[in-house]
Amino acid sequence: MIKPLVNRYKTFDFVNRAVAQDQVDVSHRTILYLEDVSVSFDGFKALNNLSLYIDNGELRCLIGPNGAGKTTLMDVITGKTRPDSGSVYFGQTMNCLEMDEPAIAQAGICRKFQKPSVFDKLSVMENLELAMKADKGAWVTLFSRLNGEQYDAIAEVMEIIGLTAHRSQQAGVLSHGQKQWLEIGMLLIQQPKVMLVDEPVAGMTHQEVDRTAELLLSLRGKHSVVVVEHDMEFVRSIANKVTVLHEGAVLTEGTMDEVQNDPRVIQVYLGD
Amino acid sequence: MTLQGLKNDKESTVIVGLLAAVSLIIPICNLLFPVDSMFHFSAYTVSLIGKYLTFALLALSLDLVWGYCGILALGQGAFFALGGYAMGMYLMRQIGSRGVYGDPVLPDFMVFLNWKELPWYWFGFDHFWFAMMMVVAVPGLLAYIFGWLAFRSRVTGVYLSIMTQALTYALMLAFFRNEMGFGGNNGLTDFKDILGFNLQSEAVRAILLMCSGGVLIAAFVGCRWLVNTKMGRVVTALRDQESRVRFLGYRVEMFKLWIFVCSAMLAGIAGALYVPQVGIINPSEFSPLNSLEIVMWVAVGGRGTLYGAILGAILVNFSKTVLTGLLPEIWLFTLGAMFILVTVLMPDGLAGLWLRVRRTQSSK
Repeated sequence: MIKPLVNRYKTFDFVNRAVAQDQVDVSHRTILYLEDVSVSFDGFKALNNLSLYIDNGELRCLIGPNGAGKTTLMDVITGKTRPDSGSVYFGQTMNCLEMDEPAIAQAGICRKFQKPSVFDKLSVMENLELAMKADKGAWVTLFSRLNGEQYDAIAEVMEIIGLTAHRSQQAGVLSHGQKQWLEIGMLLIQQPKVMLVDEPVAGMTHQEVDRTAELLLSLRGKHSVVVVEHDMEFVRSIANKVTVLHEGAVLTEGTMDEVQNDPRVIQVYLGD
Repeated sequence: MTLQGLKNDKESTVIVGLLAAVSLIIPICNLLFPVDSMFHFSAYTVSLIGKYLTFALLALSLDLVWGYCGILALGQGAFFALGGYAMGMYLMRQIGSRGVYGDPVLPDFMVFLNWKELPWYWFGFDHFWFAMMMVVAVPGLLAYIFGWLAFRSRVTGVYLSIMTQALTYALMLAFFRNEMGFGGNNGLTDFKDILGFNLQSEAVRAILLMCSGGVLIAAFVGCRWLVNTKMGRVVTALRDQESRVRFLGYRVEMFKLWIFVCSAMLAGIAGALYVPQVGIINPSEFSPLNSLEIVMWVAVGGRGTLYGAILGAILVNFSKTVLTGLLPEIWLFTLGAMFILVTVLMPDGLAGLWLRVRRTQSSK
């Protein structure tokens, strides 16, 4: 009972809070720690003692057959699903399992969904405005106006995602590829520390895929990016480190070539 | 800011103009012209129009929470009735010793029930300002508590609708009880004065109509401003994709809660304006059917436009007045038919129909 209180190495949360809210502690180079995470749905183990570490600024690809637990993994990191056991830390100090979805998002873990889920009734510009990093309290939004700097930031992102010409168009009328890009733009404008990108190139044309690859590569170093993708060509074009998931656990990790030549991976993908 | 919000919005400007005209011309003509003049509006018309305007305000409050926030609240009538009761209690205190039993302190129904002293929750209602505070505070507080519990536990969709319906039903049963101290099934009536002026006089009725119109316009412009702020955009976004908004870092439940509270307060104000104009408030105002009818007004007018709600409330109530006068039996059938027609043929109501017509014309 008294022991944890007199432990001189223990840092209490209330001391840490100021630090914790503003920035992640990445002094050990790792930005995301997942250890022994297990999730089960009605007896089905979606994640099975999974451990995964993401370095600060790295671009990591997650691959794996259907049902390997890729989306569940993202749900756990963003707070949508609570694991049965295990721990998830953002930096050295922030315990994701004690935070809810908005808190995790505000701390700097942002997510792009598998299905493009932009706000159809709002314009491209308004979509970006809502996503932008800012104070997101209800009362603040009642009186907040975009300042010049924020306008510039939105304009810059619209330029990057190539939607400047569509700025006041409703997002609902954009093409599938454009919606995907808008969602990527919504990720960028949040200036996240960690981006979780679920199937960014699904339904895109070849040129769009190439541009997406370029964009994700340009983010390396500034943001940690975790990409889930089925398109092997695409993964090969961006990945320097690939993690293969299988049945809710990490099967292997390495470069694309190492992974593709791993007999276990071949077996998982092609069957016996 | 507000006027800029109206600038590119022809429909809203027209509605504001119309409302201002109606709430000025009718009472002024009623007061200025003699009874036999063709410009005279009867006292009946004045109170009828006044009633429509309060219904329009009620519909507006529902559109804010349903049309923009996506919460199909089937208990809006409860907030309306609570506001009405707060006003009714003030009007009861104004009667003073002029009741049938002539008791200097107690209202008639309490004398009848053999009560010896005023219940504690009636204190303060002698003052107009206190009653007006309660008109917004009571519905607001109830909505806050209800919403806090419901939205935090992430109750949504049809479950939430059923809960709001249950809320108004429970309140109706409670207010029917004599022991509650709100007049039981007779409610509060026999009002005499408001702020010392005779409630039956034409001038007071005309002023009440003007107040209803003025408050409605102010509320409309206020709501218009609200939905054009960033908060309004967040709310619109969460109507369509709630979890996505949460992953952007917004505390969705707080946004829903404040919109719900705001809407409840508006409904309370509508109730407070309604009661002096019809002269009675009783528990049947809490009836679940009433709340469903409000949904009909908004659905007919077109939700998510604000002006549609005002239009719908006035049109449906006008046809109700006409039809219940001519053929009382068929009113409920008409309401049902209207509901089916709107759902099948005009899912966006009259406002949606109008916008479609305008769009096809401008594209020609």
